[in-house]
Amino acid sequence: MSRDFLLRRLLIAIPSLFGISLVLFVVLALAPGDPFGELVTNPNVPPEVRLALRAKFGLDDPIWIRYVRWLFAMLQGDWGFSFVSRVNVDTLILQRLPTTMAVIGASQVLAIMIAIPVGVLAAAKPYSLFDQIANTFAFIGFSLPTFFTGLLLILVFSVQLNWLPFVFTTEIRGSGWPWLWEYVRQSIMPVTVLGLFQGASLVRYVRSSVLEVIKLDYVTTARSKGIGERKVLVLHVVRNALIPVVTLVALQMPIVFGGAIVTEQIFRVPGIGSLLISAMLANDTPVIMGVTFVFSCLVVLFNLIADVLYGWLDPRIALR
Amino acid sequence: MAGLAAPFATQLLSLGGVAQAQTKSVYKPTKRGGGGPLKVLWWQGPTLLNPHFATGTKDQDGSRLFYEPLAGWDPEGNLVPVLATEIPTRENGGLAADGKSVTWRIKQGVKWHDGQPLTADDAVFTWAFSRDPATAAVTSGSYKDVKVEKVDDFTVRVLFDSPKPFWADAFVGVNGMIVPKHLFEPFMGAKSREAPTNLKPVGTGPYLFKEFKPGDLVTGVINPNYHMPNRPYFDSIEMKGGGDAVSAARAVLQTGEYDFAWNMQVEDEVLLRLEKGGKGRVHINLSGSMEHIQINTTDPWTEVDGERASIKTVHPTLSDKAVRDALALLVDRDSVQKYIYGRTGVAAANYLHNPEKFRSKATSYEFNIDKAIDLLEKAGWKKGADGIREKGGKKLKYVFQTSINQPRQKTQAIVKQACQKAGIEIEIKSVTASVFFSSDVANPDTYPHFYCDLQMYTTGPSFPDPGVWMQSFLSREVSQKENKWQGRNITRWRSKEWDELYFKAEDELDPIKRASMHMKLNDMVVNDRVVIPVIARSGVSAVAAKLQVNPSGWDSNFWDLHNWFMDV
Repeated sequence: MSRDFLLRRLLIAIPSLFGISLVLFVVLALAPGDPFGELVTNPNVPPEVRLALRAKFGLDDPIWIRYVRWLFAMLQGDWGFSFVSRVNVDTLILQRLPTTMAVIGASQVLAIMIAIPVGVLAAAKPYSLFDQIANTFAFIGFSLPTFFTGLLLILVFSVQLNWLPFVFTTEIRGSGWPWLWEYVRQSIMPVTVLGLFQGASLVRYVRSSVLEVIKLDYVTTARSKGIGERKVLVLHVVRNALIPVVTLVALQMPIVFGGAIVTEQIFRVPGIGSLLISAMLANDTPVIMGVTFVFSCLVVLFNLIADVLYGWLDPRIALR
Repeated sequence: MAGLAAPFATQLLSLGGVAQAQTKSVYKPTKRGGGGPLKVLWWQGPTLLNPHFATGTKDQDGSRLFYEPLAGWDPEGNLVPVLATEIPTRENGGLAADGKSVTWRIKQGVKWHDGQPLTADDAVFTWAFSRDPATAAVTSGSYKDVKVEKVDDFTVRVLFDSPKPFWADAFVGVNGMIVPKHLFEPFMGAKSREAPTNLKPVGTGPYLFKEFKPGDLVTGVINPNYHMPNRPYFDSIEMKGGGDAVSAARAVLQTGEYDFAWNMQVEDEVLLRLEKGGKGRVHINLSGSMEHIQINTTDPWTEVDGERASIKTVHPTLSDKAVRDALALLVDRDSVQKYIYGRTGVAAANYLHNPEKFRSKATSYEFNIDKAIDLLEKAGWKKGADGIREKGGKKLKYVFQTSINQPRQKTQAIVKQACQKAGIEIEIKSVTASVFFSSDVANPDTYPHFYCDLQMYTTGPSFPDPGVWMQSFLSREVSQKENKWQGRNITRWRSKEWDELYFKAEDELDPIKRASMHMKLNDMVVNDRVVIPVIARSGVSAVAAKLQVNPSGWDSNFWDLHNWFMDV
């Protein structure tokens, strides 16, 4: 892997981000509705206020002028401000990014912690009872949409058993252990929903990857040397089998962010996903542009990471 | 402290004027604080905390945690003083005999959260701030046509150009929250967005600002110097936003995670089921919201000078009074109430339903398919081969639109079914709420365009006075291309007689005479079938079993937040 490769990939990312922003802006501008809709039904708000606000925020200008204005501001690091809250978009995103990262990070860890042992064990004894069960659950797991499992968990653990809260709030009283415990308690359901969904699809990748490696000659050689089965699996099989899985984890990050949008809405997790949804409902163009731009940057970034990781883990693959 | 509370309460009551008999909430706590945290859930969180930029009730409520007006509206539509010492009346000299000025006396000794004293200068500044066109304040309607002058440090006078029967607009209720001059003065007009206080409110209210995350969370802690004794009861407040109405109801009624949830736009059937959880109850309060069907007086299917439904046209079939009468008979309001709205709405005969003192007794409604058929037959509308009535080649076929919202689609279906039996074909159309309720000039599907025969939605006077709201039948307010569909008269019905009576009512200072004029205005539009009232909707909130609240349909949900407490 060379520095040239990295540089080239970064340069290619620029026009694609540019294209994404252009398409997004045009689609949003063409979509019906306006951020001051709620003022329309209020008889006590004079119509000229609405017109003044539209003019003030430049909503009446032609699309291309608005896009060029947005682009130039963006290039100078000015993300603009929300029409709805009048707060700067970067402030809004930074306020919510840590929560999203924490929830997604925790769910990814959960997914990997489930997927690797289950996948490896299932592959070690293919078509055994354990493998059958693991496969069935994996299938159910990634077939069920997160909004369904989310509601199911709420019904069971909040409504029926009353064990866990289903409203996620960053306002938790106290400090130290009780504070941490409350945080963990309210995170259990959203993290489980995302983690299981992600873990279920990873199980299948891990299993097939291990199955492929386990048949190779070097594994037979290792076994014939008399090393225990456990050592063979951990030291010789898993290490090589995980190479494609690592890239998959990176490549799947955009899907995780997508799933997080829905999960955040259900559990009222104040992350960027719920920010995106409320901005869309309010036709708050600058915020939608900001959040989707962050998402597209993440997609491009994780694609790059996947490529780099692959080359690093498997030197046989040359990146040019 | 306990000794102070009782005299103060009586003082409050006597100042409430006519409100006395009806004020239900009796405040029991005998000291300030000690109530622990109050957790409230808004399924749309506040996005900004400057009351003069509020785009909806969520922002007004969020701002009202910290800011206060001179007076608020109780659920029955009576004025209750907040920052004022008393409600202006003719007797106490607050109201001028000619109806052209109001004098408000402001409480002395009230402090802003940063310690500065509240004075008349702040009220005068609030007026100047809101009315400045460059500020583009949504509250400017309450301030742009009045003048405000300082009489002394704790007295302000509001002056009107002409006698004003409804004088309690500036400095009252959601539009009346006073903002501190010393913090907002450098940010008037075009710079209004940059004021740091927009995000860190400094008010006079029962809670001091702590934290704000737009759309997600607002928190506050008790104001130890609050200007009302023994208040507030709770030590802190958390206002959480996001999610949907049903799960918000669940968090209060079923799991008890929250103490109060706002605007329960949930079918009553669901609310009843959740209430069985026993953790809370549903609270219903009167409001002005009127779910009604509008009948287009113009022809939405012909384009004249680049606009459909031009006032140069008349509707080909709906211009026949017999057809409109038949339609009114075909709306089964009782079933809509019984099967769709339940406790959250009442079948209505009048467009102007609340406050009750403006409700006409001269109208009635009926659901009668046979009578409708009879009317249509007599008017010469005969059934064609396809079962649809027609006369002179014109068929009774209508497009009926509303926003996407389950109760509305169910109501549409009830109307469609009855019309079918009478030989009128209804084509149902539903538009996404964000499009239907928008001011998008280019989109023909918004309700102000009204490019179809019938449409249904809810509006209402947000103040307990119909003056502004009744402009929806004023000829000069016709919504059309010329005014970019910003006019308030959506049905485009015009009547000289009605206009004259309206202007007379708006000059009438005698409240009884004025109310009867507004009843007559209502009767004219209801009897001429310009609109068909369907359901008078109520304010619905979910409340924890022991929490004592008193939300008002005429003011913010938090209009008397300082009086909220847990009855243990």
